[in-house]
Amino acid sequence: MTTPLNPRYRFESFVVGAANRLAATAARAVSESPGAVYNPLFIYGGSGLGKTHLQMAVGHAAAAINPNLRVEYLTLDDFVETFHAAIAAGQGDAYRRRFTEVDLLLLDDVQFLTHRREMQAELLRVTNAMLSAGRQIVLTSDRAPSEIEALDERLIQRFAGGLVIDIAPPDFETRIAILRRQAEDRGTTFAPSVLETVAGMGHVSVRELIGALNRLVALQAVNEAPLDPQQALAVLGQPTRPATPSTAVPSLAAQAAPVPSGDEFGSFLNEVSMAVGQQVEAWRARVAEAMQAWEGEGYRVQRLVNLLNQETPVDPESVLREFVGDIERLKLLEAEAAELEPALAGNSVFRDPDSVEAAQKQVDQARQGTLPPPGPSQHWLLADLAEGSGTRLALRAIRDVVARPGAAYNPVVFVGEPGVGKTHFLHALGNELAARPDAVVACLETSDFTDELIKAIEKDRVNWWRARYRRVTALLLDDIQLLAGKERTQEELFWLFNLLVESGRQLAFTCVSPLAELKGIETRLLTRLEGGLVVELPSPDREVRLAVVHRMIGAGADPAETEALATYLAGRAVDSVRALQGLVQRVLNAAEAQQIAPSAALARRILEGAPAAAPRRSIGTRASGVVTPLAGIKSREKVVWDWPDSVDRMIEELR
Amino acid sequence: MSLVNFTTREITCKIVYYGPGRSGKTTNLHYIYGRVPESRRGRMVSLATQTDRTLFFDFLPLDLGVISGFTTRFQLYTVPGQVYYNATRKLVLQGTDGVVFVADSQARRQDDNLESLQNLQQNLLQQGADVRQFPVVLQYNKQDLPRDLILTTEELDDTLNFRDLKSFPADAIRGTGVFETLRSVSELVLKRLAAGGTVG
Repeated sequence: MTTPLNPRYRFESFVVGAANRLAATAARAVSESPGAVYNPLFIYGGSGLGKTHLQMAVGHAAAAINPNLRVEYLTLDDFVETFHAAIAAGQGDAYRRRFTEVDLLLLDDVQFLTHRREMQAELLRVTNAMLSAGRQIVLTSDRAPSEIEALDERLIQRFAGGLVIDIAPPDFETRIAILRRQAEDRGTTFAPSVLETVAGMGHVSVRELIGALNRLVALQAVNEAPLDPQQALAVLGQPTRPATPSTAVPSLAAQAAPVPSGDEFGSFLNEVSMAVGQQVEAWRARVAEAMQAWEGEGYRVQRLVNLLNQETPVDPESVLREFVGDIERLKLLEAEAAELEPALAGNSVFRDPDSVEAAQKQVDQARQGTLPPPGPSQHWLLADLAEGSGTRLALRAIRDVVARPGAAYNPVVFVGEPGVGKTHFLHALGNELAARPDAVVACLETSDFTDELIKAIEKDRVNWWRARYRRVTALLLDDIQLLAGKERTQEELFWLFNLLVESGRQLAFTCVSPLAELKGIETRLLTRLEGGLVVELPSPDREVRLAVVHRMIGAGADPAETEALATYLAGRAVDSVRALQGLVQRVLNAAEAQQIAPSAALARRILEGAPAAAPRRSIGTRASGVVTPLAGIKSREKVVWDWPDSVDRMIEELR
Repeated sequence: MSLVNFTTREITCKIVYYGPGRSGKTTNLHYIYGRVPESRRGRMVSLATQTDRTLFFDFLPLDLGVISGFTTRFQLYTVPGQVYYNATRKLVLQGTDGVVFVADSQARRQDDNLESLQNLQQNLLQQGADVRQFPVVLQYNKQDLPRDLILTTEELDDTLNFRDLKSFPADAIRGTGVFETLRSVSELVLKRLAAGGTVG
């Protein structure tokens, strides 16, 4: 029995003041690295001061950072009830196992442990197990551990071993901030000083405060005129006072007047607040309030200080807007920097709105510091692709995509048998896209993509890995069928896919078999692939074969002989470009070995005269990679992946 | 001392309780001290002789929190009432934003009231303040004493309130009129926020 986290209880909606700053900071630290700092974190304080809010905020924030984190929130009552139920059902062990699987345990209201010896023992066991496994516990209580009656000394020590921290009732300013935020959330605006009046009424708990506000919101909704502070006091059941003291009250009346009672200081404070509110120019108040808020978050506010010091600034509002804009930018930069380089989080440069440029530079450096994702190979260019009836559609698709990346067809999937040139098409597309200004094109084997993810998980740098791919302008993955069974990669790719498509960035894939025949790939991913343009690459036709052969043998000394050779080679029965390239390469190698010009006769002799033991990589039905007359195999990683057996692997390593 | 400091975003109001010896200035401060939540008040500094006469001055800082983005503080001072401490009074009056003149309602103290009021005017003038504009309120203290000993507020107004200032009958020991007086002077002081009307 787990209570779901209240979606409203997040750090963003938690108003931080002097009374809870320490607790909020500690909670944030815990949510950012559960189990690493302050374990266990014990928050205590009176009812309605925000303990549960903070606790759930830890759960939300931690889950946002690491979606795979198992977070469990339960009150002590839940804890006890499930324990009893488990014992009754004879499943005590299952109950115990359950908590060993939780990464972040949020246990509320532990003060009810009083006099429950067996539950204390159980919690001690859970606490020990979780602490030793480095899993985080966050507990709340309405009193300090040492004040919980009859609490096991060992538990007190465990709690003290982490961080025990209290939340005090909010001070006046925090109460105002809470009221303002609540009023804003409800879309209600109050007349000046109304909220100050409510805050000055001395409600101790935030719940009471919000209750009071709710009454005012309800009343204001049915009232035609906005409530004034006096009415607010009346609604909330506080005696109102005459707004201004009359001059020279007769002395008899003075003698008859009862001795003052009630909160004299509170009403004095209200009047001062009102007077200040009336006297301070509106823009000054706004600027000063903004300064207070941003300063509270640790930002430098020198620009606003200068503004306040001016007698009559030209346009204070626009200065304020600009300032806030700069802070927003800093926040974005900081978020990016933290993803790229966790050590940069909290750097002071992200706290000074006057140094946005410097912050930008930091992020740029961080960007450069991270390796860009692997790009397309320079050896596979669009210009080298032979056009034929079979490849025309694919070439057309590439040109369209290059003209309008992300908009024409997204994604593009090249489907075809091994060796028909899918990889070449993919990299050619990548090279064309990479030629655009500011392009970051990731073009790699699906297996490499998976490997990178595994390494990132291993080193706990998944966020960094994600950031790396999230900033690409195009993502091209070769051999997408290799995703089969790689659930995590599929999930990551799914989210990445959505993100990239939504922001208009291009995706392209290759696949050896028609998408409908793929096994072990999630439907949600498959349907997305099918939603783009699927181009089938057939076996090369004669036109293409001729073009490939011509490119490989080049222009010989004797054009007629070259033509005869080309015609012969292109006429060979092959089912892939790669196989054809293998044939041509064999002829060229033989010609080079015999130091004669390649000819049709030589080719016939080589290819039809029973070649005994040609090296596999050059006939290569398995060895993929493009073979060129001069440089041999160019794509080393391709070769490594496709070596069929260990003998070949050894040769590769020796090379 | 300026009332508003934009750099530190602070509003600091210095209010001085003035008046003849034994009129109840320190009693005013004590009453206020007792009514202010602990978190809002500083330590009350009181330099008194063995017979509870203010020797130098009393000082009560009040922290009103952040209002419209400005940290607002009130500093309440009293001056020693006895005639021969004029140098101290001048010192305390420096930089003040408003004055509460605490008069003793007893008929036999009328001359002391007048003398002290004249002394206040003199000292304000010396510090370059415009006494016609300066925020001053009157408090007629000890209105709880038997009728035959004290003057009514009308009679006191006749003698002391020739500038038509706001005046409040008070019983500082029980607190009657104490906060009314403070509120009134605060209001006057804060109205002058923009004008920046501080002595000295």
